Amino acid sequence: MFELMPFLKQLISQPGLSGYEKPVHDLLVAAWQPLVDQCSTSRLGSLHALRKGQGPEPRPSILLAAHMDAIGLMVTTLEGEFLRFTHVGGVDPRILPGQPVMIYGRRPLPGVVVQPPNHLLPADNAGKPVEMARLLIDAGLPAGELAELVRPGDIVAFDQAPMELSGDVLAGHSLDNRASVAAVTACLHELQHTAHAWDVWAAATVQEEVTLGGAYTSAFALRPSLAIAIDVTFAKGPGASDYRAFPLGKGVTLGWGPNIHPAIHQAVKDTADRLEIPYQVEIMPVHSGTDAEALQISAEGVPCMVVSIPLRYMHTPVEAVHIKDVQRAGHLLAAFIAGLEPDFVHKIIWED
Amino acid sequence: MSQPHPVASQAPQVGEEQLQLLERLSNACSVSGDESEVRRIVLEQVRPLADTVRVDALGNVLATRHARQENALRVMLAAHMDEVGFMLVDKEEGGLFRFETVGGIDVRQLPGKPVWVGQKRLPGVIGARPIHLTRREELSQSIPLDTLRIDVGPNAADVKVGDRATYATLFQRSGPSLVGKALDDRLGVATLIELLRHAPDNIEFLAAFTVQEEVGLRGARVAAYALDPQLALVIDSTPAFDLPTWDGSENIRYNTRLGAGPAIYTADAATLSDPRLVRHLMQTGERRGIPFQLRQPGGGGTDAGAIHRQRMGIPSVSVSVPGRYAHTARLVARLADWQNTLALLHAALSDLSPEVLAGR
Repeated sequence: MFELMPFLKQLISQPGLSGYEKPVHDLLVAAWQPLVDQCSTSRLGSLHALRKGQGPEPRPSILLAAHMDAIGLMVTTLEGEFLRFTHVGGVDPRILPGQPVMIYGRRPLPGVVVQPPNHLLPADNAGKPVEMARLLIDAGLPAGELAELVRPGDIVAFDQAPMELSGDVLAGHSLDNRASVAAVTACLHELQHTAHAWDVWAAATVQEEVTLGGAYTSAFALRPSLAIAIDVTFAKGPGASDYRAFPLGKGVTLGWGPNIHPAIHQAVKDTADRLEIPYQVEIMPVHSGTDAEALQISAEGVPCMVVSIPLRYMHTPVEAVHIKDVQRAGHLLAAFIAGLEPDFVHKIIWED
Repeated sequence: MSQPHPVASQAPQVGEEQLQLLERLSNACSVSGDESEVRRIVLEQVRPLADTVRVDALGNVLATRHARQENALRVMLAAHMDEVGFMLVDKEEGGLFRFETVGGIDVRQLPGKPVWVGQKRLPGVIGARPIHLTRREELSQSIPLDTLRIDVGPNAADVKVGDRATYATLFQRSGPSLVGKALDDRLGVATLIELLRHAPDNIEFLAAFTVQEEVGLRGARVAAYALDPQLALVIDSTPAFDLPTWDGSENIRYNTRLGAGPAIYTADAATLSDPRLVRHLMQTGERRGIPFQLRQPGGGGTDAGAIHRQRMGIPSVSVSVPGRYAHTARLVARLADWQNTLALLHAALSDLSPEVLAGR
């Protein structure tokens, strides 16, 4: 029996900054290998796993793409006992003071992000947020030892331990997008005892937070008949209350907009309705902010869909998801795949 | 006429046992007004060491170890048990609580932090608006406290308005450093326990583990009245601002520096230290070869602010283990500074005689 909560905790305990996804990649190889027919790694580091369908050849294929990279920081300079840093992916500097981090130098070194006291900052900075260039990291080491162990360009990951809140909510860093990677894993487990005609490519993509480099290249390499990007979306809560946010624990969201092929949207929605999986339609007027932006325009073009898991406090070290929503996403994907007829690919047409 | 006593008892050392005690103390949650978790540890530790132990009306732990010789000075040693934190003040839907800060907390330190709520230490988080939904002009303003919430998840029936919360930070050692929450003033509490364990025979040792220091030195005030000492030593943690300045100029306002030894106070915002006691501490350090530093005179305050004005006046001085980032989720201190603080205080107590207070 696949237990989602411990697996997701394990997933977010591994570093995997954009461009440096190897630790989480290796964990996923171990988790996915028994569930698929073959595993391979793309030139940029994305994990590709193929589970063959039972339909007649040549079989159409569906790509499930969930990015495994996470936002974080990177060392820029050493200054005595301290480090200065920049960001990898979108980070609000206001959430950084006091955060525990792990510096991946010659060996992993725990550190803390430091906001210098007002009197060591420009006078007009008092009480205001401190910009990233003026924040520091303290590894608790003397200057000489620090210089031996750390160099500019070393990556720095958030180091907050996973925390289970009440009511099946998990909080921690990197749940964007490990929650979706866990959902894809749950889907692969469900497919072990579910017949499906189509080939299934599960991809844990790299570099979504910076260039979408993984999604572009995986879609090009695999040439799927259709693709679903699985990502997180905003959950309603402090700081997120308008139409762009969805209730936590009340179901997944199904994307709608120019990144999404209307026929697939409809088919996924029909599956959710049939199985009574709760969902809401998420309107994505221009950009979906997911791998689908790249999947869609790879090679000769791929019809796409986006399924999202609501998440609170995105891009902070205390992101929170409801484990039920992760389960639902996995179940919906498996059910959609199981329901794909061999000729569905001919139904993905524009009814003009 | 009695001379300063040669070191009668063994000088205390910081070993694994002491570090484990500090770890327990740092991980314990005792926001001002609810110091019970630290008090339980303190009572367990001091009962076998002291001649008398009691808990007073405010919750201070007062422990006495009598002198083993005549004409001993009555010496109060104080360290505060409480820490800064939060109190839940309003309940909203879905496990969200508004909260206020207790003690001096910079609200810029709050977004994105996990917390422990209530005596059962239930997990919660203080989130922040996703950067994707944040307008550019918001980034130049701090996130106001009244927009932040403690989120304990939708099913926490045990969490209620009035509960306290602290940063969920587990104590860590990192090279020569100690990293943890509430090391202001658990370093002092741990030091005081070790001093009591190695109490010199020449003084009437009056230990006060105080409450509510962070909200106005309330515990120390009544403890000093009750103990009625002839002099007082306060053990605390003071900020080390030994960081680079933004424009690369020399940092002349460092307050204290990590690694430079215990910080002796001459003046802070609440107390002018008794010069005889300052002199005694400095002379002890010089004589015994124990490193120390003088804290830069300036703001801040310790329990000495309440103690020195108690009754007809109590000569007082503070000694602190320097620490970076006090009142945040993680304070960074040096093991060597703690060891030297313990050594200096133990030597100063052992060398204490009524002559120290003669003259000015």
